[in-house]
Amino acid sequence: MTSNIMIDLKNISKSFGRTSVLENMNLYIRENEFLTLLGPSGCGKTTTLRIIVGFETPSEGNVIFAGKDITNVPPYERQVNTVFQKYALFPHLDVYENIAFGLKIKKMDKAEIRQKVTDVLKLVNLSGFEKRGVDSLSGGQQQRIAIARALVNEPKVLLLDEPLGALDLKLRKEMQIELKNIQKRVGITFIYVTHDQEEALTMSDTIVVMNEGLIQQIGTPVDIYNEPKNAFVAKFIGESNILPGIMHRDFLVEFQGVQFPCVDKGFAPMEPVEVVIRPEDIIMTEASKGQLTGLVEEVTFKGVHYEMVVDVQGFKYLIQSTAMAPAGETIGMKILPDSIHIMKRGEAS
Amino acid sequence: MVKKSFRNIYTVLIFLFLYAPIIILIIYSFNESKSRGAFTGFTLKWYQDLFSNREVLKALSNTMIIAVVTTIVATTLGTLAAIGIHFSRKGPFKQMALNLNYLPILNPDVVIAVSLIALYRFMGLDFGLSTVLLSHITFCTPYVVLAVLPKLKQMNVHLAEAAMDLGAKPMYALRKVIIPEIMPGIVTGALLAFTLSVDDFAISFFTTGHGVQNLSILIFSMARRGINPVINALSTFMLIGFFILLLVINRIGRKEEEEIY
Amino acid sequence: MKKVAYPYVMWMVIFILVPLFLVVYFAFTTGDSKNYDTFTFSLDNFRRFLSPIYLEVMTRSLLLSVISTFICFILGYPIAYIIANKRSAKMRNNMILLFVIPMWMNFLLRTYAWLTILGKNGIINTFLNFLGFESLELLYNSGSVILGMVYNFLPFMVLPIYSVLVKMDRKLIEAAEDLGASRSTIFRRVIFPLSLPGVMTGFTMVFTPAVSTFIISNLLGGNKTTLIGNVIEQQFIYTGDWHFGSTMSIILMGIILLVMAITNKGGGDLEGGRGALW
Repeated sequence: MTSNIMIDLKNISKSFGRTSVLENMNLYIRENEFLTLLGPSGCGKTTTLRIIVGFETPSEGNVIFAGKDITNVPPYERQVNTVFQKYALFPHLDVYENIAFGLKIKKMDKAEIRQKVTDVLKLVNLSGFEKRGVDSLSGGQQQRIAIARALVNEPKVLLLDEPLGALDLKLRKEMQIELKNIQKRVGITFIYVTHDQEEALTMSDTIVVMNEGLIQQIGTPVDIYNEPKNAFVAKFIGESNILPGIMHRDFLVEFQGVQFPCVDKGFAPMEPVEVVIRPEDIIMTEASKGQLTGLVEEVTFKGVHYEMVVDVQGFKYLIQSTAMAPAGETIGMKILPDSIHIMKRGEAS
Repeated sequence: MVKKSFRNIYTVLIFLFLYAPIIILIIYSFNESKSRGAFTGFTLKWYQDLFSNREVLKALSNTMIIAVVTTIVATTLGTLAAIGIHFSRKGPFKQMALNLNYLPILNPDVVIAVSLIALYRFMGLDFGLSTVLLSHITFCTPYVVLAVLPKLKQMNVHLAEAAMDLGAKPMYALRKVIIPEIMPGIVTGALLAFTLSVDDFAISFFTTGHGVQNLSILIFSMARRGINPVINALSTFMLIGFFILLLVINRIGRKEEEEIY
Repeated sequence: MKKVAYPYVMWMVIFILVPLFLVVYFAFTTGDSKNYDTFTFSLDNFRRFLSPIYLEVMTRSLLLSVISTFICFILGYPIAYIIANKRSAKMRNNMILLFVIPMWMNFLLRTYAWLTILGKNGIINTFLNFLGFESLELLYNSGSVILGMVYNFLPFMVLPIYSVLVKMDRKLIEAAEDLGASRSTIFRRVIFPLSLPGVMTGFTMVFTPAVSTFIISNLLGGNKTTLIGNVIEQQFIYTGDWHFGSTMSIILMGIILLVMAITNKGGGDLEGGRGALW
């Protein structure tokens, strides 16, 4: 472990009435880490965030911040700041007053406040915007002001609750890069919440995939993408083809009547398993040259690539490729050993 | 559907119906004779009577004092109530508070008045200024709540949280963020409370005992004693007063708008 | 945060809830109103109410208020419709403002003004005399009371209806036109049904003060048109029999609750209907 642990969530459970939202969650977050909580609506990611900030108290468990238990400390005494989903800028205050809000509470002297506000506006590329009214700003600008307002208080941890959701696609992609740069420049921990897996893969050092109040997998973007631990993660991150197979022995799996060399081991001989193959990993070739043959049913042009649905013995594969095979054509499919990912049966549900 | 001329005639008739009594009162306030029928000559003597009439001036000052105190208390109580209700989780407390709030609005004056004097006697209170004030506050505050709640609902739900996230204690967040946001609702509520208090008759009548007379009670007793043109002068005077108030408020409202832009 | 509402809730419990319980208590007991020790449980008050004089008063109150409500509806709906259909928002707002201004003038003064118009030596009679006709007895009867009620409460009918009509989605009307409906059909089957919540609110807001008023009947009605509000007033202020007065208050509340329950069934939930006024 090269860095210190910034936040440690120990055995956190949270229920609202009779509904359990988080179950016995354990998670630690390191200093200067860009960590993303990723999952569908209702998975508990926002609740986790709110527990870290202090807007919710866990029903059970503890929140440890830099070694101190802050479970019962109110949000206005924690050294974390939040960027809200709809920015929550104060409409009756101008940009300067919004950003200076936290500093004024700390009773900082006027000149110092002025300096800090100027600096942070520079950081988010909005120098000169001090006197502007909140309503006069575009979505992207409001978002950057919200970030500035949070960062100017020099928190140890910045929490972001789906901050890019209201922006259009192009702006969103630009902001993703900018946010990552700000994090590196300022050098603090970012905890990011999103349901957009592409966003998570782009920005994070670590991704925590959640579903139904439980952590499904924690890992780097590459790990999560290439080695999903269960079917939920496999289906949630990117597209997947998942089908039943039999592990003959280490490094050899059979599915659809064909044996494929693969790179997984540690299964019992002839153990039934789930096979996961990414659509972009299937190589299309002439019908006679493939390990499998199939009939192309549908072709969709996606700009970046073509998407084809190919029927092989009843199973519909999704293939993504820059090459195209028209509907009605029979093609061959080749799958390289390290494109095949094996999961235990039962993890795929 | 219906001819335009019919529509216009109808509209004019209805507005005539609404304004006729008022206009007549205003005209007759300048009438020389006391008689209700003939207009004998122009005079300002009823106005002079009005301003030198001890009874009238006392009633006016009573009405104003009661209205101002009621407005201050009702607005404070009601605004805090609306905020508390808005931030409560959905459940028995919220529902009960809202139902309690609606009771005085839905109940007729008489019933509220009657129940209040039952309470005052039960508590052993003497009827007078204090009981009138308590009563006014009771029936005015719900309207403040009703005026402020919608503004709270329109407010971004994270605003208070953002303030606390930045280090504000709840009271600070209330003062600096929430109240400025809902100010238009608070002002509307205050105006409502003021108007209702000035205009009230039934509740004041029942709860004042033999003590304080407000304008409405005064008019009632004057009307019973017989027609008195001083009442006409009073009504004209009050109407003008309201108009001036309206203009002032409009001015303030417009000034606020200009400052924002 | 929700704790800030506690003072208000306590206030309301003391000043609204407890008094209501006291009234109920009074209604079901008899004795010397001033001395609590003399209270005994009794239904005498209710029996007394069922006697002819009081039943007549009750019937009269109900009749007059129903008639007034109905007249307010007949007069009020068209004007609400006309104002709501004005093209410019400025025109609409100004007209509604004009409509509301008379409400600011003191309730008593507005009622009192009719004495000047309808009285023996009032304007109408002076005018009739001038034309050579006899004076009419326009005051101190049911008619003048109804007139007073309609005059005072008309805005309460117009405002909720206007409020609903003005927020109505124009697209619904366009859709009906597109499907070939005539103007009167559109009104009958689209506009009117959709405006019902406002109408129901209007009914409640007129009926409630109308059935419980004592001022209008006092000033404009004279001795022949005693309403239930007057009887309650008499019991509490003059006679001092708070028990009987409370009984009638309870009965009055019951009637109003009944009417509200009926109108709510007809026009949507309380919050929505109430919202239509503001």
